[in-house]
Amino acid sequence: MTLADVVFGLLGIVCLAAAILVVTARHVIHAALWLVVCFGALAGCYLVLTAELVAWVQVLIYIGAVVVLMLFGAMLTRAPVGAVQELDSGNRPVAAVAGLATAGVLGTLVVAAFRGAYVDIHHTSIGDGKVIGTSLFRFFVLPFEVASVLLLAALVGAIVLTRREA
Amino acid sequence: MHLSMALLLSALLFGVGVYGVLARRNAIALLMAVELMLNAANLDLVAFDAWFKDTLHAGQVFALFVVVVAAAEVGVGLAIVLAVFRLRETVAVDELRQLADVDPVVRVDADS
Repeated sequence: MTLADVVFGLLGIVCLAAAILVVTARHVIHAALWLVVCFGALAGCYLVLTAELVAWVQVLIYIGAVVVLMLFGAMLTRAPVGAVQELDSGNRPVAAVAGLATAGVLGTLVVAAFRGAYVDIHHTSIGDGKVIGTSLFRFFVLPFEVASVLLLAALVGAIVLTRREA
Repeated sequence: MHLSMALLLSALLFGVGVYGVLARRNAIALLMAVELMLNAANLDLVAFDAWFKDTLHAGQVFALFVVVVAAAEVGVGLAIVLAVFRLRETVAVDELRQLADVDPVVRVDADS
């Protein structure tokens, strides 16, 4: 049990607890704020796994943009500010069974498959901006350009969808 | 650190996301649960990248691409939710039954 194990375990507990609160919170706004906690803890997990750039992108894009977009959406659809029972549908028991079954099957599968696997985080190259940037612009240029076209298409699509006189 | 810790956390996060997608009624809360599932996949990619000691860091690069696609998905998803809200004055996904085969009123009675 190394220091990295302990830190990752603590961050994982925070992340999982926040995720459960995201899907059970009675207010949409509270759910969005718990999502910030969950993504922040997950960024810490990425840092433990030596993925430095991914951690900062997680903070910038997920916490900075996606959650703010969610909050805007909640405000624009006039989310009720008080606690509401309306947030959950009637199929909670079935959903709980499906979620537990998915987590159970996936969890037992990966634990059985990678029982003794050990990540040697002290002898691996840190995924900082230089390393990831070199890889991205030398070996993954085509997916990068496709992603830019995808973002443009999503931008145009979102504007067309929300135009008043369609 | 042990690889199975990261994989177990990822599996549990995915399960929470599945529960959220199936149990939530508000379309925006549903989108949040989808984000949880995408992040579970990202954690797997980063963990396997560190385990393989990949010189190309393909796992981390793919995680960045997943973040980009997730941002596009949230943008278009919220645009659809806003368009639905403007038309129907509601964002409850189980009230959008126009494509359903059976009569919604009968179904609601059978459920309750």
